Amino acid sequence: MQDFIRYVILGIPVGCVFGLVAVGLVLTFKTSGVFNLAFAAQAYLASAVYYDVHVRHEWPIIPAFVLAVFIVSPLLGLILDRFVFRWLRGCSPIGKLVSSLGLLVALPEIVKVWLGPGQTIGITGIWWDDNALYHFGDYVLEGRQMAILASTALAVLLIVALFRWTAIGLQMRAVVESPRLTELAGVNADRASSAAWMLSSTMAGLAGVLLAPLSPPLKVQDFTTLLVTAIAAAAFARLTSIPMALLGGILLGVASALLAGYLPPASLLAQGIKPALPFAALLLLLLFWPGLRNRRELTDPLSGADPPPPSLAAASRSPFFTRSTHIMGVLFVGVVLYVALVRADDFWLFLLTSVLVYSVIFLSITVITGMAGEISLCQATFAAVGAVTTAQFVSALGSNVLLGMVAGALVAALVGALLAIPVLRLAGIYLSLATLAFALLFDYVLVPVGWIGGGTTPIDIPRPVIGPFDLSNDKSFFVFCFIVLVLVSVLVIFVRRGTTGHYLDALRGSETAAQSIGINPAKAKIIAFALSAGIAGLGGGLLAMTTGKSNPTVDFGYFLGLVFVVIVVSTAARTVEGAINAGIAFVLLQYVLAEWLGLSSSWAFILFGFGAIQYARHPEGTLENGKRTSTAFFQRQFDRISALRARSSSSGDGSGGGPAATKSPVAAVES
Amino acid sequence: MSLLEASGITKRFSGITALDDVSIRVEDGEAVGLIGPNGAGKTTFFNCLLGLLRPEAGSVVFADRDITRYAVYRRARLGFARTFQRIELFAGMTVRDHLLVAERARLGTGRFWKDVLNLSKPTADENARTDRTLTLLGLEDVADSPVEVLSLGRARLVEVGRALMTEPKLLLLDEPSSGLDAMETNALAATLRAVQAERGTAVLLVEHDVEFVRSFSTRLSVLDFGHLIAAGPTAEVLADDAVRRAYLGELV
Repeated sequence: MQDFIRYVILGIPVGCVFGLVAVGLVLTFKTSGVFNLAFAAQAYLASAVYYDVHVRHEWPIIPAFVLAVFIVSPLLGLILDRFVFRWLRGCSPIGKLVSSLGLLVALPEIVKVWLGPGQTIGITGIWWDDNALYHFGDYVLEGRQMAILASTALAVLLIVALFRWTAIGLQMRAVVESPRLTELAGVNADRASSAAWMLSSTMAGLAGVLLAPLSPPLKVQDFTTLLVTAIAAAAFARLTSIPMALLGGILLGVASALLAGYLPPASLLAQGIKPALPFAALLLLLLFWPGLRNRRELTDPLSGADPPPPSLAAASRSPFFTRSTHIMGVLFVGVVLYVALVRADDFWLFLLTSVLVYSVIFLSITVITGMAGEISLCQATFAAVGAVTTAQFVSALGSNVLLGMVAGALVAALVGALLAIPVLRLAGIYLSLATLAFALLFDYVLVPVGWIGGGTTPIDIPRPVIGPFDLSNDKSFFVFCFIVLVLVSVLVIFVRRGTTGHYLDALRGSETAAQSIGINPAKAKIIAFALSAGIAGLGGGLLAMTTGKSNPTVDFGYFLGLVFVVIVVSTAARTVEGAINAGIAFVLLQYVLAEWLGLSSSWAFILFGFGAIQYARHPEGTLENGKRTSTAFFQRQFDRISALRARSSSSGDGSGGGPAATKSPVAAVES
Repeated sequence: MSLLEASGITKRFSGITALDDVSIRVEDGEAVGLIGPNGAGKTTFFNCLLGLLRPEAGSVVFADRDITRYAVYRRARLGFARTFQRIELFAGMTVRDHLLVAERARLGTGRFWKDVLNLSKPTADENARTDRTLTLLGLEDVADSPVEVLSLGRARLVEVGRALMTEPKLLLLDEPSSGLDAMETNALAATLRAVQAERGTAVLLVEHDVEFVRSFSTRLSVLDFGHLIAAGPTAEVLADDAVRRAYLGELV
């Protein structure tokens, strides 16, 4: 019994940090309708500031704490509101989620660039003596735990009071429902939303500074785990109740401490279950917690006043223009093939092969996000399933590699369909969160299990031999990847044009109306999930062949899953070229930045992150948006030229070189 | 047996009884109206019929089949079609695509393997049926425009067309005149009468506009505060004292 109480007391302070972040999540969600995944990044930034001034510049605790939590954090909140989220208020919850995802990817990279590599040891807490012991009867608390308990209690009391009894609290809640209606009632919506963001950002900062000393050194991964745990706590509170969010956080903290205490530390069970607890809790809560399943999404009652989304650039081209763009596309592919097979050295051939392989993986996002309109955060995990299955077929069953790759795609498709069945009962952001929970569960639980993930040591995968072609020759392998990419692209285009594509378009347009004509939404979306997972699995198998190893934790970690989504939506999620551009950007941008400009690869992630922030404003993709603008421009030029030509009625060939700039995938690198 | 027989529908929302033992009957090819003041429970009743809400008591029998617990899309496949009070069209799709997708959903011939082999193009038969519906509703000139450019009146016609493509036995119209001016309303009523004459589809009309209902439906039911206060031939019901008090606000 005494042990039990000791573990509970050990769990409460950690739980309070979870709770604090959960309260912040609920707060932002209540006041701005954004499920702010960037919360982890904000917490990370605050603790980095605290670390920098307190440890590196040796400021005393109090000024350092005030700077990090009460100056930098609210300022960051203000900046995020002013420059990002204020413009997204009328957008869909999914759009806002992707924007915060972009920040989650970009912000920590900015911090990394700022702090420089590998100097994050020795972070201390805000209590005057972290290691001082305080005795309460038989039980003991450390200074850093006292700090957490005291600040959590204070923060929660202040927030509850703010919402209950102040005018600004009421205004903040009204702004969520409809900023425009609130403004009609005479409230300055911008001010209320800024206040909410500054407040929640302060919470993030507080949580960051409190958490950092519990598990030094400072790592972004810790903050993502913290975030997911907090999401589980927020889901427990149904994203509405602040006290419940705190309670949920504390319960999770305690449960985690109990597991750590009672399970024998060396057992496989302990190593698997304890880290998985928050993710499993999140998945179970999302699937079974009543009240999260209602399909009502927050939409602005006045959103009907907005113009409809624009059509794709390709739809506004004249036939002549389209033909010349196609010709340019074919020429571009020809040049790439020539360079790869004749001119390129081994290194460039490897880079170009990687482009093809990542393009295949990114096409899976074209299917699930571009066609089905869902944001899945576990596409890298599906790719990992493909790679792992290929590896198992080769190493355990001794089968043909090619057969293994096909089996990998099929198994991934099956996993995708099985995941889709329970997850589809959820709508919008909850679906995305459930896929995130699945990705983390896979990383932490399934990969280490030998017969599933093959453990953490990479398994060697040889390249196949097809008839006379031995693919261990890099050039033959390049051609093989090229053929796979072409086949998958054609598959995606056919499905988009076919019945499935039209059903998905209809469901995206209006799910109620689509059902009213007899479309089964679950079936259409399960097909989309399975197809998307299958394509990702195929890409995963290909990538494993490219590198010669199945290495799920390095090649397909959950964080890469987030990065993949961010990259594809920041180029163009709805078109096949978009996915290929994303592949080019992902592989080449890092190389170009590092080799030609001498910058760290962090900058690539920062660029992609900022691209994704635009998603809510340009759901068709930032690049696609630029393409539409330039298409309109060139179309006008064409119209002018043909009008001139018609007037003078003289024969002569118009210039066909113009559209190249709009179509060339190189644009991805420039943007 | 009637085409649609909803009996004893009761729906509560946390203590408030929105519908109390409401029944309605629609025969083959018949046009029935359902009216009532704001808050009477018309939309709730509609949603119970369509499966968007699940009633606490009562049953919905359609074409001799108890569909009370059927999912929305399965009702649609049995021959239930509807239009929406607030327009629900598929953003980004053309008028023709709206009709084609409904036709495909009716036939249920869409298969994933056909998509993969690029065999999912609309057949000559599907195109012909789509063209016929476009002509019937006078939408030929906007067939290939995206629906966003349409006026509200024509957008509602697209909804009607999309519903008709599923070859419904029963068409449920949810306040079709809402948001339309008098001229558009008349044009819509004329089109609906033409449709009914040509196809013989039964119609259940929920409406605010009494003139619309009078000109369109042969029988009428009146809801007030969740209770059915009158049902019968349109002219009789509209002359009924209780109805006039509740709905037209007259002191008799």
